[in-house]
Amino acid sequence: MDITLIYYLVPSLIMFCCGIYGFLTRKNMIAMLISLELMLNAIDINFVVFNRFLYPGSMEGMFFTLFAIAIAAAETAIAIAIIINIFRADKNINVEDASQMKN
Amino acid sequence: MDFTIPLLILAIPLGMFLLLGLAGMKMSHKTAGVLGTLGMGTVLVLSYFTAFQYYFSGNPEFISEAGQRLQSIIFNVDWLAFTPNLVIRLGFLLDPISAMMLIVIPTISFMVHLYSLGYMKGEKGFQRYYAFLSLFSFSMLGLVVATNIFQMYIFWELVGASSYLLIGFFYTLPSAVSASKKAFIVTRFADLGFLVGILILSFYTQTFDFITLTSDPGSVLASTAGATFMGCSVLTLAMVLIFMGGMGKSAMMPLHIWLPDAMEGPTPVSALIHAATMVVAGVYLVARMFPVYLQVPSSLEFVLVIGAITALYAAVVACCQIDIKRVLAFSTISQIAFMMVSLGVARPEIHECLGYMASMFHLFTHAMFKALLFLGAGALIHAVHSNNYTAMGGLRKYMPITHITFLIGCLAIAGIPPFAGFFSKDEILVAVYGYSTFWGIWMSCVAGLTAFYMFRIYYLIFWWNEPDYHHRPHDGEMVMSLPLIILAAVSTVAGFIHFGEFVTWQGHEYQIHMDYVVAGISVAIALVGIFFARFLYLKENDRPRRMADSCRWLWTAANRRFYWDEIYMFITHKIIFNGICRPIAWFDRAVIDGSMNGLAIVTNKASVAIKNLQSGRVQQYVLLYLIGALLLAVITAWCVL
Repeated sequence: MDITLIYYLVPSLIMFCCGIYGFLTRKNMIAMLISLELMLNAIDINFVVFNRFLYPGSMEGMFFTLFAIAIAAAETAIAIAIIINIFRADKNINVEDASQMKN
Repeated sequence: MDFTIPLLILAIPLGMFLLLGLAGMKMSHKTAGVLGTLGMGTVLVLSYFTAFQYYFSGNPEFISEAGQRLQSIIFNVDWLAFTPNLVIRLGFLLDPISAMMLIVIPTISFMVHLYSLGYMKGEKGFQRYYAFLSLFSFSMLGLVVATNIFQMYIFWELVGASSYLLIGFFYTLPSAVSASKKAFIVTRFADLGFLVGILILSFYTQTFDFITLTSDPGSVLASTAGATFMGCSVLTLAMVLIFMGGMGKSAMMPLHIWLPDAMEGPTPVSALIHAATMVVAGVYLVARMFPVYLQVPSSLEFVLVIGAITALYAAVVACCQIDIKRVLAFSTISQIAFMMVSLGVARPEIHECLGYMASMFHLFTHAMFKALLFLGAGALIHAVHSNNYTAMGGLRKYMPITHITFLIGCLAIAGIPPFAGFFSKDEILVAVYGYSTFWGIWMSCVAGLTAFYMFRIYYLIFWWNEPDYHHRPHDGEMVMSLPLIILAAVSTVAGFIHFGEFVTWQGHEYQIHMDYVVAGISVAIALVGIFFARFLYLKENDRPRRMADSCRWLWTAANRRFYWDEIYMFITHKIIFNGICRPIAWFDRAVIDGSMNGLAIVTNKASVAIKNLQSGRVQQYVLLYLIGALLLAVITAWCVL
């Protein structure tokens, strides 16, 4: 059995939709952050796969993915720092309650 | 001539204004007053020196071989150079009339400075008063020595501003505030005409310069030939508009309404600005531009008619005023109108432009005796604390110096020889009779009225019946009496100056001939006026009241100044305010403000309507984003497929 492009894209799509679903439904910020990471990873898979199957001779997709992973790590660190601060202030990391920050 | 002294004449009053205006509050009243007076005294000496140099030095700069007095520019600096053609210069022009004004202005100004030391003693804002006096002196001197019409205009506005400041000196009195506003607005309105006139004239002649304009007006004005606007030649229009500026400053009808109200200012200010110097600026302007006016005889006719009507009107009104300063104000209007008439009848073929010389002569003598009369009135007001003659009477016993000097002033203005007014008024009448007998008789009647109204207040103040004085009135202190005595002496002898040697049209010497017929008639008329006043007002009696009752409507009309103020009120409030200002205000509020407000309201409403979108809920944003992205994807797919 040949492993074709579609075998990679379908799990990636499922991951992405799970990410969206999780991001929209969860109220816990950590859970939302995890959902966000899920979406990012789905995209990373897409990059790698498209690079591998469509342009086997070049490496751009791979590099792009490496950068995206690095940036995602940094971004997660910042997000967690923010969440910890919100928790310190409110003893609560419900995203609905954090909307009071806009005032 | 070296430029240092002329420059100092302008720089000292300006410096004094800055010094007293900026540092005056730190000085005592006495220091400020003495400083201002000393500054003016220095200017007086320097101006006398300059005028003396001009008239007597025989310097070829000032007088030609043939004995013609020349116009000489001492300095002229480029002040604003817009383009090579359009340069506004500030300079110092010496010619017969500006040298004469260099005598008149510092003399009167110095007397007023001195007098105010006594008159204004203890007033709040004494230093400010002296600062404004210096500003006025600076502006007036700058005006008369202007080398070009634009410099004149600049200083013209400056004298207007300092007049405004001084009329409104007692700024806590509502009447003084409204009088200062009235004076400023009326003269400003006239100056609009002046400015338009300047622009028209300089547009065609390509110059602001007086010497270029007046030395050979025929060729300079050639470019205006044939140019017409609304059926009247632009040159006539320009000259009449320039004269309109003079009408405003010199209080000619119908722009005279501000001058009587300007008497709300301190009396020495009235003497300086509203009798002797600023109000003759209009006459000076016409004299300065005279060669150009001569090219347009119709505009000189206009000057003549306006002057003659104003002279009669003001003389009649002066007969029926109760406030002595108002009487003097109307008398000033009438006398300035004399000068205007005199310029209006000046023609080279009539006694070599005698009217021009007579007008300047009268300007000179009038400045002296009218300042004297105003300062005398100030001494009276100082003594009895009222402006109305009803509070005075029998004062000759209490105030001998004021009495004698005031009498000299009255004799001078009435034209009784040998006092100054006789000579100058006589020259004017000769010039007017030479032009037309009708206007001659007209002006003789006005001269008779002049004698009558001046002696009316003289008798009512110094004779008539003595009212109850709360305390004994007395002459002012020495600093107040001294200027009166000096000015009275000048008013007595000034007529004997051979004015024709100094100031004439084109600077040629003119030998004054006494015309005994005209002189005899005018003295006779003046004597009739004086004796009539004596008959009515020497002792308390009911003749004046019976006379007023016999033609009550005329008396009331004259007392109310023939309703000019009411007419202005009607025109401004009823017609201009209702007919023009209200629609404009409505347009401003409804259309301009309305559209801006509408824009704001729409923005506000829209933001209220959509502000719930910005909930601060991240998930809602993401959902909206997702929906948007999906929609875009669907649309793109739709289009591609």
